[in-house]
Amino acid sequence: MPKLLLLAAVLVGAFAGAARAGAEPKIAHFTLWNGLEVVVVPDHRAPVVTHMIWYKVGAADEAPGKSGLAHFLEHLMFKGTAKNPGDTFSQQVAAIGGQENAFTSSDYTGFFQRVPRDHLKEMMALEADRITGLVLTDEVVRPELNVVLEEQNTRVANNPNGRLAEQMDAALYLNHPYGRPAIGWRHEIETLTRDDALAFYRRFYTPNNAVVVIAGDVTPEEIKADAEATYGKIAPRAEIAPRRRPAEPMQEGPRTVTLADARVEQPSISRVYLAPSSTTAKPGESEALEVLAHALGSGESGRLYRALVVDQGIAINAGANYSGTALDYARFGVFSSPKSGRTLHEVEAAIDAVLADVIEHGITAQELESAKSRLIADAVYAQDNQATLAQWYGSALATGQTVEMVEAWPAAIRAVTADAVRMAARTWLDRRTSVTGYLVNSLKPEEKHS
Amino acid sequence: MNATARPKPFRLLTWIAAAIAAVLVPAAPASATTIERVISPGGIEAWLVRESAVPLIAVEFAFVGGAIQDPPGKAGTAVMVASLLDEGAGDLDSKAFHERLDRKAVELNFEAERDAVHGSLRTLSENRDEAFEDLRLSLTAPRFDPAAVEIIRGQVQSLVRRGAMNPNEMARLRWWQTAFADHPYGRPVNGTLESLPMITSDDLRTYARRVLARDNLKVAVVGDIDAEAVKAMLDRVFGALPAKAELNPVATVPPRGLGQRVVIKLDVPQAVVTFGGAGIARKDPDFIAAYIVNHILGGGAFSSRLYQEVREKRGLAYTVYDSLVWLNHSALFLGGTATRADRAGETLDVIEKEIHRLAEEGPTEAEIAKAKAYLNGSFALNLDSSVKIAALLVQLQLDDIGMDYFARRPALIDAVTLEDARRVAKRLLDGGLLVTVVGRPEGIASSAD
Repeated sequence: MPKLLLLAAVLVGAFAGAARAGAEPKIAHFTLWNGLEVVVVPDHRAPVVTHMIWYKVGAADEAPGKSGLAHFLEHLMFKGTAKNPGDTFSQQVAAIGGQENAFTSSDYTGFFQRVPRDHLKEMMALEADRITGLVLTDEVVRPELNVVLEEQNTRVANNPNGRLAEQMDAALYLNHPYGRPAIGWRHEIETLTRDDALAFYRRFYTPNNAVVVIAGDVTPEEIKADAEATYGKIAPRAEIAPRRRPAEPMQEGPRTVTLADARVEQPSISRVYLAPSSTTAKPGESEALEVLAHALGSGESGRLYRALVVDQGIAINAGANYSGTALDYARFGVFSSPKSGRTLHEVEAAIDAVLADVIEHGITAQELESAKSRLIADAVYAQDNQATLAQWYGSALATGQTVEMVEAWPAAIRAVTADAVRMAARTWLDRRTSVTGYLVNSLKPEEKHS
Repeated sequence: MNATARPKPFRLLTWIAAAIAAVLVPAAPASATTIERVISPGGIEAWLVRESAVPLIAVEFAFVGGAIQDPPGKAGTAVMVASLLDEGAGDLDSKAFHERLDRKAVELNFEAERDAVHGSLRTLSENRDEAFEDLRLSLTAPRFDPAAVEIIRGQVQSLVRRGAMNPNEMARLRWWQTAFADHPYGRPVNGTLESLPMITSDDLRTYARRVLARDNLKVAVVGDIDAEAVKAMLDRVFGALPAKAELNPVATVPPRGLGQRVVIKLDVPQAVVTFGGAGIARKDPDFIAAYIVNHILGGGAFSSRLYQEVREKRGLAYTVYDSLVWLNHSALFLGGTATRADRAGETLDVIEKEIHRLAEEGPTEAEIAKAKAYLNGSFALNLDSSVKIAALLVQLQLDDIGMDYFARRPALIDAVTLEDARRVAKRLLDGGLLVTVVGRPEGIASSAD
């Protein structure tokens, strides 16, 4: 029943580093004998709990030619086990009014339920059973492949923005598997089989490759006992090798992708730069990029919006983003849509001028303070939502970070200096490591749209 | 749980699903469920839930009379007003106002929907005075500076253009236009490329004066704040608004065009389908039974009939759902799916067959029991964050179903019998469907063709 949310890195980036300020919940973190990690985030405001399991495997771990396999398996994980056949699990979730879903990114695959507190242990037992107990028949695999193809249609084939984003990622990564779409290339999805899925499952789905995050009305003590009684019964079944993906070579020239679709009535430009992730960055660098992205383009006070939309009046919108949650590389992005009568090239020149200024002069003290207080406040706002907190911890741990790094995030943001931001801009806003995408109506010379 | 691509109008449904499910859950901690009615010295009411575990305050509010109060020929007015309320107020122009919000990390958002203009404020408790002042300024002294008006107009036009390339948006828009031809519900909420240029600054000011008033205002506050502070906030923030809104009368109508199919040709691989029919009003005695019936047909859980038949058994679609939609002046059920072009006809046949079967035979006893368990159990999931609780409390006020609704909820759900469900399934689902399809669907033709 995977209603999966294919978490785009951008989405995840919104809560790149996590943490709490204010009334700090006491996070507990422990590892069972079989290697399964457990994180407990108490929140006693309502009698509900969010239960997530994160497998440290995603689309970037697929073999060449099998793109889409991690995601396909995520769908198939809802097809039942020997002990809980068919849709027993989902029926049980529905019977107690719970919610469930699953998601796949390049680096991880996750499953979750949100349920009344009293039913948590049942969920833990069912989820533990599904780590190694999956049973697949061609009868259930075949229709599910069609479901996945329809999902690809919705997200990509029917959607010009989705098609452009796919092509841009493929161009950004010259060698690293992040260049493959998490949902897979359509022609490869079409060839995936039950055997492919089971082989992938046996290789990567094992307690020593998973993190369980439980947020809600629980105590670490009870979770520890329940985890041992459920997850603790599952023996590891595979050795997990270090996750080493092919690295990017020196990138020596900017790339561009132009996607033309007759339906496009509002052209747009976006550019992504290769950037370090929270995991690969030097200390403070990822946080400096977050501050930079905020100052440049988060909302209407951002530099890009002020310059292109308000002062010059040439664009409908403009902004920037940085998503640090990834095992290997992250992306720093800028985007804009021209006003009627303005061209993508005018808008691009204006973006370049703003970036050049930031590279040269950095950001102002006021911009620095404003971005920092906003990012730190986000950590407090996140405390209002147990699912958000669970997501923060899970995505961090599934991409090579630690609980301590997540907890130290507000302090790391607080420590960002104007110099660090300028240095980050200078280092990473390098055209040679970027891809610029144009979404246009036709490939005719200069885009003409009214 | 139809997590993806849920169209905007359904946002409310999620909350209502919560409301309906509201009760059987073992008592939440008092803080999560104790609602206080607070009335300011100036006579402004708010529903308050105190919750001091997290140092923030969420204020949600709504003014009844949304996009349907747009002047004739000027669809998009409410959306533009909502977008402009934080684009400069009092002595502060747009830039200064946004900088002020940013400095204290105040989140302030406005959104126009068909029946109401919604607002939402989120602040750290320590910054609440500044945040309340920001809100006061935006509501009582918006500037509508010409430069800001042009920027927002451009953005809304851009949204409309983007919608014109989005098959989901196109299918939905055509559905509403067909079902509510000659009625304000038929007008696109964001307006059209024809209507948006016609909207003047005077139109915006007039709309704000007519609709942002005290007698059509619903407020909820959740967080680290007590009743006295809320009272002071209410008078300070909302006190200077006009006492009475000036709303144009809107006729209450059922959807039209039932039995029709409309195909919009578009060269995309996947056909996108919107289907729907006449629903049951929120205060109709059959509403809860209808909610149960809808849940069985295409509601939240992965166990719904449409989900099982269309997705699980046949692999025809990634998304298929059906929802009840209740408006102030109509009621609907509205669903959708997206499927490959060459099996679009088959998909629609399956959906129609399931709707017909449920109308004729009704649900089974077991299905009803499961639906009740789901609706009762899922309530608490909607009360685990201050923002969610505040949004739910505003919705209860808009629906006018009382502060004691949570307490009455379980009995209302449990009282639905097999006979009720069968009768209401027939009443709800037997009236015919209006279907709009975007793409190159095989096996589906426009009725007019």
